[in-house]
This record gives sequence, structure tokens and C-alpha cells, in this order.
Amino acid sequence: MQRLTGAQILCESLIKEGVDTIFGMPGGAIIPLYDTLFQYPFRHILCRHEQGASHMADGYARITGNVGVCLGTSGPGATNLVTGIATAMMDSVPMVAITGQVPTYMIGKDAFQETDTTGITMPITKHNYLVMDVKDLARVIKEAFHIARTGRPGPVLIDIPKDVTTNTAIYEYPTKVNLPGFKPKMQGHSKQIRQAARMIEQAKKPLIIAGHGIILSGAYSELRAFAEKTQVPVLTTLLGISGFPETHPLYLGWPGMHGMYYANMAISHTDCLIAVGMRMDDRVTGRLNAFAPHAQIIHIDIDPAELGKNVRTAVPIVGDAKNVLEALLEEVKPGHHPEWMQTLSQWRIEHPSLALPEKAETMSSPWIVRELYHATEGKAVLVTDVGQAQMWAAQHYFFERPNTHITSGGLGPMGYALPAAIGVQLGKPEEEVWCVTGDGGFQMTLEELSVLAEEKLPVKIALFNNSYLGMVRQWQQLFYDRRYSGVKMWNPDFVKLGEAYSIPTIRVSQVDGVRAAFEWARAIEGPAMIEFVVDAEENVFPMVPPGASLQETIESADDVAPKMQQVAVAAGSDKGGV
Amino acid sequence: MKHTLVALVENQPGVLQRVANLFSRRGFNIESLTVGHTETDKISRMTIVVDGATTQVEQVIKQLYKLIDVIRVSDVSEDRTVDRELALIKIHCASASNRLEISNLADVFRGRVVDVATDAVIVEVTGTDDKIDSILGMLRPYGIKEMVRTGMISMVRGAQITARGSEARMLEAAG
Ligand SMILES: Cc1cc2nc3c(=O)[nH]c(=O)nc-3n(C[C@H](O)[C@H](O)[C@H](O)COP(=O)(O)OP(=O)(O)OC[C@H]3O[C@@H](n4cnc5c(N)ncnc54)[C@H](O)[C@@H]3O)c2cc1C
Ligand SMILES: Cc1ncc(C[n+]2csc(CCOP(=O)(O)OP(=O)(O)O)c2C)c(N)n1
Ligand SMILES: [Mg+2]
Repeated sequence: MQRLTGAQILCESLIKEGVDTIFGMPGGAIIPLYDTLFQYPFRHILCRHEQGASHMADGYARITGNVGVCLGTSGPGATNLVTGIATAMMDSVPMVAITGQVPTYMIGKDAFQETDTTGITMPITKHNYLVMDVKDLARVIKEAFHIARTGRPGPVLIDIPKDVTTNTAIYEYPTKVNLPGFKPKMQGHSKQIRQAARMIEQAKKPLIIAGHGIILSGAYSELRAFAEKTQVPVLTTLLGISGFPETHPLYLGWPGMHGMYYANMAISHTDCLIAVGMRMDDRVTGRLNAFAPHAQIIHIDIDPAELGKNVRTAVPIVGDAKNVLEALLEEVKPGHHPEWMQTLSQWRIEHPSLALPEKAETMSSPWIVRELYHATEGKAVLVTDVGQAQMWAAQHYFFERPNTHITSGGLGPMGYALPAAIGVQLGKPEEEVWCVTGDGGFQMTLEELSVLAEEKLPVKIALFNNSYLGMVRQWQQLFYDRRYSGVKMWNPDFVKLGEAYSIPTIRVSQVDGVRAAFEWARAIEGPAMIEFVVDAEENVFPMVPPGASLQETIESADDVAPKMQQVAVAAGSDKGGV
Repeated sequence: MKHTLVALVENQPGVLQRVANLFSRRGFNIESLTVGHTETDKISRMTIVVDGATTQVEQVIKQLYKLIDVIRVSDVSEDRTVDRELALIKIHCASASNRLEISNLADVFRGRVVDVATDAVIVEVTGTDDKIDSILGMLRPYGIKEMVRTGMISMVRGAQITARGSEARMLEAAG
């Protein structure tokens, strides 16, 4: 057993946890830590803003399934990490954020760059620690990684005062954790599994809705086998996309605010909804009192608090998706539902939702996404930002392979995509990674272009420039009589901007140039960027107006007025948020 | 209906803040919350009273369980329990006759006068919140200058341990 400094203990422990890549930026409180880091074989990615580091760690974690690690100094370093930590919390992403803190003897004195980091991050972490004694450090790191990756994943923050990184202690990495208050339940209860199986067998119009939990649990083959045996059609949530192959005959798209018409109708008519690893977010359910009105709901989730939180549940099952689906697969008898399938395909024919012309006449964003799908043969990993471009990417790219659609759903911070794509590319260097972003979101974290250039990462950026905060503009057009308040944007010359960062960049303003542009970018070895100057006032449809139920899905702007009148009567005037 | 929850928590810095944070952030209303030591080192016990009419008690319990420092949570509302709260009440009292009356009143409620000054007395009383409400009602006419209540603590009667194992609780929560 050796005596090590806190910084050495941290580095040794990170190696024990299998960490190879760290995203961060140094500062006064963590200079000793950076000094030690320098002597260890980690790949350190120097972000240009700590928000970037937090989203990079998030992207890295989502694509690899390992815990992402980000690092910031005390005060501003820590507060800059907050957006990415909150993103990871909302979307159940395993992350350990490490922050420097002023020395223990200065805590509470409003010292230079002191913030109450554990206080600030308490509601946006799964757990957090302020380590006041170097003797506790190894145990805390062990616990932090265990908590971050076990059960429902999430971010854990460790705040380390400067003197704790320089003080020494005998180092021994614990082999076990002792957390009596943290014992996630992995296996479903057999009685409930039997009950669910009987319910599924008796259903005439069963429907699966699979969420992010499928991806987090790696339950791809179990979900597929279960759907095939029971012949139950499958929806995913936005974060469940790529948990089930989108060209599978049983795949029915995704529901919710910008989901497919037939997906929303399926939920509205099913008599048995099997929800797995999804948390009944309001973007999915629409108005709650009209959600799945005819269904008995079987809800499977690893977090007991999600069961019964938003919707009534007939059979709640606490457990890991993979385990529970395996058990259900064994218990349930094969099924088939020709009439229900017939109804569903009729809706699909009458309301195709995703139909696009072979060739667009103007620079239509959904069509450009579809071209990207063709150009990459559906094999790329798409990392998307927040807004209209995000929705079109999710709608019009058809994801075949597991875990190839990466987006922030719960928090939805603009600026997520570029840094997250950097993390994704570092996690899976062999993948073709596309960052799909709007002009607004791109400008929130574009400083990370430096990282792209510096690390020579072959991320390709598809920048959808409509000179608007398009998603908000759409709401203003449809629900606020076109009063475009604070949404029009003057933009820089993105081609020159890309060039300033040594990233080959082209601008495409004509439909004819789209296919060639994708080929151009794909042929480049390193990073490349395409700015698509797209139709400025295109809208995302279908859409469930805020406050409306899934039955009230609108399919075009002409649909809005009549539907909104019904909605206003049903829901009062609460319009919710973008 | 009022629900009494008993939570065993790790005696870590910040644990009270975590619980308080959870209640405010999720919009749960706390009627009272007490914390104190237990028979076991490093474990504290919280007694939390919430109103079932305004707060979804099952969600409160499940959310409490998500806090890593929370070891066990038990809703003892349906159990036979001993419930106790302590109150200190300072009453304006300038005359000897009032002093005697107040002392007699305290006796009836098995409380006692713990401090006497020329123009004030302090009464100490323990009991259920109903009992404390009653004595307060009786003392009010004399002029209450100051009052403090500790909030309730509860313990299940008989040999049964108050906070049941988390395993049992999880299964129950699952159906
Ligand atoms: C502009 C915008 C528009 C949006 N529109 C839509 C929309 O139209 N439709 C839509 O669906 N979403 C939409 N979203 C996303 C939405 O806000 C939510 O983020 C999303 O629906 C959440 O999906 P989820 O519940 O599957 O994933 P998460 O929120 O990540 O929840 C995962 C669930 O799985 C559970 N889980 C974790 N691990 C396991 C495991 N091993 N086994 C079992 N369970 C596990 C967790 O406990 C949790 O309950 C939109 C977002 C934005 C930003
Ligand atoms: C940090 C942050 N601020 C504000 C919002 C609200 N918001 C959601 S989408 C959007 C517009 C995004 O515009 P852009 O990135 O250009 O994408 P577009 O919708 O035009 O495709 C805004 C402002 C947000 N999600 N995140
Ligand atoms: Mg835009």
C-alpha cells in the first residue's frame, strides 16, 4: 500500500474504473490535479467551454454505454458544466462530473471562485459528494461510478477542494461499495410477469411503446423477439429511436407532439399498451386525461417512481428491460392480430405522415434529411441538436442499427449536438458521425469546432440555416398569429467561419447541389461542414398542439384553426413551452 | 388524510437538504418534519407528516427512496403507533391566581410549568398533536407570548420495527 496525493488517488481510481478519455478545462482549483493528470495515460480533450465538456462526456457515454467523465475548475468551471449535467439527469445518461473547489479551510468564506457546487447540482444529479478528507476520496470515486452506471443511470458529481488533491493518504481502491440505500431491482416480479402475459394474450389491439430504457439496457434482441412472437406492433419514443429497427414490418414510428399520425392513433385505440423503459413524458402523452383511453397499461421500468407517476397502470413491473422482456418472452404465448394490423396499415395509407416527393423543388429540410439517409444508406450515427432540424432528422432518417440516433430529449438544450457528436466520434472512431443542427443551436457551442479541428475528428456537420429560431417561429406562426417575436436571426458567413477553424465548408442553396454535397463531405477524411440554406418558413408536421390530446394531431397548417378551437375548449389556454 | 412517514437516513452532511429539496422541487407539501438520532450510529430518523389530499404519498415514498442516503421509508399511518410532539408555551401571567390556574390546566394535560417569572410562565407539554392543539386552545385566553412545537415523532406499538425493509416496500410499490 502506498501513500498518494489526492490527485494521484483520483487518477489511479479513474484507471481502475476503465476511464480512458476525460473532457475538461483546467483552472486554479484543479491545477494540482492537471499536473498529475499530465503524468497519466488519459486522453484529455480540452473543451473550449465546460458546457462542451459536459455534452462531450454525455455523447461518449451514450454511444459506448460507459460512464462519461468531465472535469471543471471551481466556480465558473462548475457552473458551466451545469447544463450538461442537467441534460444527463433528464435523459438517464451515466456520467461522473469532477469539479475543483476552494481549499477546505476557505469553504464558506466567499473565497475567489467559490460556489456551492453540491448545492447547485443537488437537484440535477443522481447523487453528489463534497470530499472534505483525502481519506474518503477512493471510496467516493468507487461509489460515484457505481451509482452513475447502476439501475437507472445518471450523473454523479464529485467536488474536490484543492487541498484534498494535494494532501496524501494510503491508497487502496475498495473492491465493494456499501450503500444500504441503493439497491436497484433488476428482475421483474414473476406474478406480475404472468399477469402481463395473460393480458397481452387476451388483447385484440396490443401495442408496444419502447423507450430509451431499451437502449440503456441493451435489450434490442429481446424486444425484437418479444414483438415477433406476440406479433405486437412497436412504437418508440424519441429517445427510444434506434432501439428497434425502423424498417421492420412491425415498426410503427414514434408518437407524441411531432410523432406520426398513425402512431398517435394507435395509442388512442389500443386496448393493451406495453410501455417499456419510457417515462410517459408529456411530449409523448399529449393531454394526459385523453391518453390511451381504451388501454390497460403494462408499464415496465427500472425506476419504481416512474410507475404510476403520470398515468394509471394496470400492471406495473419494476426491473431491467432486458431481464423483464426475456421473462415475458418465455411466459407469453405466440399471438397474431390481423384485424388490428389491417386498421393500422389503413391509417398509414390514408395519413402517411412521412411521405416526401422523389425530388423537392425548393430547399426543403425534411427532404434534405431524406437525402442524407440515402447518401449514408441509413448507416450513419446522427447526433442532433434541438428544434425543427432535430424533429426532421428523427422523422425522415430511418435508423436501422442499434443506438445510432443520439439526441437530448428531456432538457433539450440548444448547442447539444456539436460537442455530443465529438464525444460520440471519440467513443466510436470507426462510425460515420453526422451532427445535424440548426443555425441557432449551432451558434451556442460552435467554439468546439476548435476541438474538431485540433483532434482531427471526422465528424460531418449538416447545418440547417433558416435564419430563424425555427421551432419557436413555428409556434408563433401557428398559435400566435404570426407575431414573430425574437426569432429572426442575422447570421455570420458560416463558410468563412468553418474556414477560420480550418474545417472544409460549403454552402448549398439549390436542391440540385444536395446529393453532391453529401458525397463531397463523405469523401473528406477529417471534419467537414455543409451549410444548407433552407426554406425559411417550413413547419414540422404532424403536430399535436400544446394542450391537445394525441387524437387531435394536426397534419398541416390548414388544420390548425379548427383543431385549436376544440383544444382551447378542452384544455383552457395553457400553451406549454418549446 | 394525514400520512406519517418514517424515514431512516444515513447521517451524512446535506441529507436534510436533499430531502427538503425533493419536497419543494416536486411540489409536495410538508406539514412537519423532524430529524434525530437513532439506536444505530450514523443513522438518523426523520418523521415526515404530509397531507394525502394535496400530495401523492406513494410518489413521495418512491422519490425518497431514490435518494441514495435514504435507507428505509415506511408509511405508518395505518399502523397502531405512539405519536408524540413536544411543545413549549410561554404565557403572559401577572397574577398568582392565573399562575395557579395555568399550573392546574397543565396538570390536566400532564404537562408542567417549567419556568416562572413575575409576568410569564413556560408550560411544557408532550402528546399527540390533537392534545397539544387542545391545551393551546385552553391557554390562548391568557395570552400566548411565544410557542414552539417540535413536530411529531412516531413509533409502531409492539415488537414490530417501525421502518420495514426496503425490499418489502419495493414489492408493495410494484403492485
Ligand atoms: C423539441 C422537442 C420535441 C419533442 N417531441 C417529442 C415527440 O414528439 N415524441 C417523443 O416521443 N418525444 C419527444 N421529445 C422528447 C421528450 O421530451 C422525452 O425526452 C422523451 O419522450 C423521453 O423518452 P423516454 O421516456 O424513452 O426516455 P428517458 O426520458 O431517457 O427515460 C428512460 C426511462 O427508461 C428507464 N430505464 C432506464 N434504464 C432502464 C433499464 N435498464 N430497464 C428498464 N428501464 C430503464 C428510466 O427509468 C426512464 O423511465 C421531444 C423533445 C424535444 C426537445
Ligand atoms: C438553451 C436553449 N434556449 C432556448 C431554447 C428554446 N428553443 C427550442 S428550439 C429553439 C429554436 C432553435 O433554433 P435553431 O437551432 O435555428 O433550429 P431550427 O428550429 O430553426 O431548426 C429554441 C429557441 C432551448 N431549447 N435551449
Ligand atoms: Mg434555425
